Amino acid sequence: MSGPAKLFQGKYVSTDRRVREDPRFVAGHGRFVQDIDRPGMLHVALVAAQAPAARIVKIDPSAALAMEGVVDVIDGAELSAAVNPLMNGLDTPKVQRFPLAVGQNRYAGEWVAAVVAETRALAEDAAEKVRVETEKLGFVIDAEQALEEGATPVHPEHGSNLLLDRTFDWGPVDEDFARSDDSLKLRVTWGRNSTVPIETFGVICEWNAWEKVLDVWASIQMPKYADQIARALKLHGNEVRVHYDVDVGGSYGVKRGIKQTVLAGYLARKLGRPVRLIEDRLENMRSGDAHGPERIFDIEVAFDRDGTVNAMRMRALDNAGAYAGRAPFQLGKPIGAIVGPYRINSVQYRAMSVTTNKAVQEAVRGFGQAPTNYAIETMMDRVADHLGIDRLDLRQKNLIRPDEFPYEIPSGSKYDSGDYQAVIAKVLEQGDYDGMRAERDRLRAEGMCAGIGVAACLEPSGGNSSFEPLLNPANRTSTWMEGSRVNIDALGDVTVAIHTTSSGQGHETLAATVVGEVLGVDPDRVRVVRPDSLGSLPGNSPVGSRMAIMLGGAAANAARDIIRQAIAIGAHLMDADPGDCSYDSGTVIGPGGAEIAWTEIVDVAHRRFHDLPKGTNPGLTASFIQQVPTGETLPKDGKAQMYPCYSFEFHLVLVAFAPVLAKPELRRYVIGHDCGTVINPHIVKGMTLGGIAHGIGATLLEEFAYDGEGQLMTQSFLDYLMPSSHEVPEVQIVKHCTPSPLTEFGQKGSGESGYLGSPAAISGAIHDALKPWGIHLNKLPIRMAAISDAIAAAEEKGHP
Amino acid sequence: MKTELTINGRSRAIDVEPRMTLLDALRDAAGLKGTHAGCEHGVCGACTVIVDGDAVRSCLMFAVQCDGMEITTIEGVAADPGELDVVQDSFCETHGLQCGYCTPGMVLAAKALLAVEKDPSDEQIRDAISGNICRCTGYGQIVEAIRLAAKRLRESNTAAMEAGE
Ligand code: FES
Ligand code: FES
Repeated sequence: MSGPAKLFQGKYVSTDRRVREDPRFVAGHGRFVQDIDRPGMLHVALVAAQAPAARIVKIDPSAALAMEGVVDVIDGAELSAAVNPLMNGLDTPKVQRFPLAVGQNRYAGEWVAAVVAETRALAEDAAEKVRVETEKLGFVIDAEQALEEGATPVHPEHGSNLLLDRTFDWGPVDEDFARSDDSLKLRVTWGRNSTVPIETFGVICEWNAWEKVLDVWASIQMPKYADQIARALKLHGNEVRVHYDVDVGGSYGVKRGIKQTVLAGYLARKLGRPVRLIEDRLENMRSGDAHGPERIFDIEVAFDRDGTVNAMRMRALDNAGAYAGRAPFQLGKPIGAIVGPYRINSVQYRAMSVTTNKAVQEAVRGFGQAPTNYAIETMMDRVADHLGIDRLDLRQKNLIRPDEFPYEIPSGSKYDSGDYQAVIAKVLEQGDYDGMRAERDRLRAEGMCAGIGVAACLEPSGGNSSFEPLLNPANRTSTWMEGSRVNIDALGDVTVAIHTTSSGQGHETLAATVVGEVLGVDPDRVRVVRPDSLGSLPGNSPVGSRMAIMLGGAAANAARDIIRQAIAIGAHLMDADPGDCSYDSGTVIGPGGAEIAWTEIVDVAHRRFHDLPKGTNPGLTASFIQQVPTGETLPKDGKAQMYPCYSFEFHLVLVAFAPVLAKPELRRYVIGHDCGTVINPHIVKGMTLGGIAHGIGATLLEEFAYDGEGQLMTQSFLDYLMPSSHEVPEVQIVKHCTPSPLTEFGQKGSGESGYLGSPAAISGAIHDALKPWGIHLNKLPIRMAAISDAIAAAEEKGHP
Repeated sequence: MKTELTINGRSRAIDVEPRMTLLDALRDAAGLKGTHAGCEHGVCGACTVIVDGDAVRSCLMFAVQCDGMEITTIEGVAADPGELDVVQDSFCETHGLQCGYCTPGMVLAAKALLAVEKDPSDEQIRDAISGNICRCTGYGQIVEAIRLAAKRLRESNTAAMEAGE
């Protein structure tokens, strides 16, 4: 890396082109898993546990089995005897998880039996007739209580509720605290919410006994899905065939339905018929194992009187729910941006994950980064308040400067590039910060509560998996590759293959744009296909804001290989040195300007072996497997290079509410966004706006709330409230581009943008509005009632 | 039991259980998979279809209730395979979608609005789609799409269709 990367000027990249996936969806011709009918297909309904923890004494399916159309009823005892436990990312072998509860259930709603019938309606009817005899056990819901001495263990065999407890010391933390003028402590809590896609999870499995292969269609977004299915079902890797040409109705991280798939796969093999499991909304909310992080942050921060933040101690305590899975790794990813966009010299980070009797946590947009960013930015607000410094000035004082990149943070990750000051300046100007302040003061004068919030944060992107070996040394993962293939057919037309499902990210547009750009072919003429998993190159699915970088990189490099081959052929025909030839939109140009046309190159490649240069294979095809940039080594001494690229966002928000009703209204919303070179502006814009909407939900509305009895209270869309078009305001996006020096076109990721900073900004705005009362609302979501109650309580005490 | 539904201008006799929702009847009995199930309790709007001119939630109606009524589903919107109508094309122009799951419902809610309001304000647009939850887009590009569709429809139906190509 030397000097800042140049802006990329492309013919197709970054231009205002339509998204090629859109027409099929607006016409109602998407192909979602629910739309797939297989002949003779059976349907599954689930029997759910009532208590948060109970020993299963006996399951009696006889009444259900006697019903018309019912084919089978299975329980966890049968299933666990036949399949391996589901993957556990940590080294906690006694924390075992199966698709159906074995011996005891560990949260209310957990599936204890599955009913298979000719239709879903019949299966549901029969599920009510399955008799489950249980004996209630003790349970624990709260993460801190779960840690206490003598707390009821969720997995008695494991001995305690602690899944993970790692402390990292990066830099001279104690010294930095000692030399600082001042310090303060705070606690903030990120509530349990999730992305809750409108399509629930669904899967169809079909065992082909003649071919010995399990076909799987699923609404999935999961790295190494086929491998995990094979391992759990004790099949060979090449006996599982996942069909990637299934449209996924939203995921944003959570569609990891491995337990559903293993259950349906087992049934399909056992019964010799296709088996479909589509969650209904209740199953999805209560027991789809798709809740997001729930995290308590205890922070201590040391700083000087001039506002320089020197050191931070952060403890993050995460409530993983009943089983381990991959969720604890969500404490690991934020290590790659643990100081946000700031020059904080040293950090101590303690990551703790505990089991409780709540539903299982799954990956959610940002993989733990959004909660961490919320904690860091709230900390910055508190420091500013404490010192009586303007919140923006405090941030400006601590921001990494543009000439400091690549910038290595204390935890060992290098930020690739950025110009945070430029983005913030643009937002303040284009977003009319002065006008916004005047508007706030005007609202206040009218008796409204009004406040402005700001948040500056990073979106690590490119998705390697360094947090796995960092948190679990037994895990030796150091690649998280992605493959793509480009074929030129005998007519000279271009086809790109991508090897994963998509859930709205526009990967077909991405691949076509990138390949079109490199080859100089109109992307609309590029066909995009999705072979099934057995016909695919290795890949790791669209997680970690990685596809622009990784699929974009793989497709671009495969296309470059096509050019290399074309030049070799053209040079050979001209009797020239390939080094003296060039390629332009299909034509190979030789020394002196001689040209060989694309049709000629294609003809040689596909038909005329005798005209091929020695050692060249016939056919024009290229595969490329992209390694994550910078992902060269395993973590060392508790330090890791996490993701390669770092996008930046800056939020500026004006919130207003009436003091009594206290319904926060977002009056203005401006975001500055820098994700390097944008491949398709429409897609990036949509991701950012969608991320902000999701952040609004997490901050003000959405929570999987459990009562004291361990029951989930928000299990339908009537109680789990999501932002509608009324709650999400019009958002002004201010664009900036600092290319990454590490990627093909300078692109960085944007799949999590908006979501990563909006909670801090909105919460900050509410606090600015509440300043006269000196109120801190330290837990998300901040509900209307919490605000009005806090105001009432403060006024009772004589504030303001 | 037998019921007679007029779907996208075509009348069909279908055999349904009395408890079958219109949503399930459209998807499973009529084979029209463009209408989606999101919550099946009337909140998300993914199942929106147009019944006698109004946007309704097909998960909240029984199929037998719709006997003799005119139902338009998303499959009835495009003139011909590969030819989008103005509203659909506007959604493509502004990228008013991502995963596409809420999209049929959004398009139909937009069409129901534009059938009665030629020049809707942003507030009216937001109102018209406020019963349709989208988890992908944050609604911004959907509002833009409906704005654009209204403008194009005002300018002229047929000319607008080419304009977006
Ligand atoms: S499925 Fe009908 S409103 Fe959600
Ligand atoms: S486009 Fe995915 S839910 Fe709206």
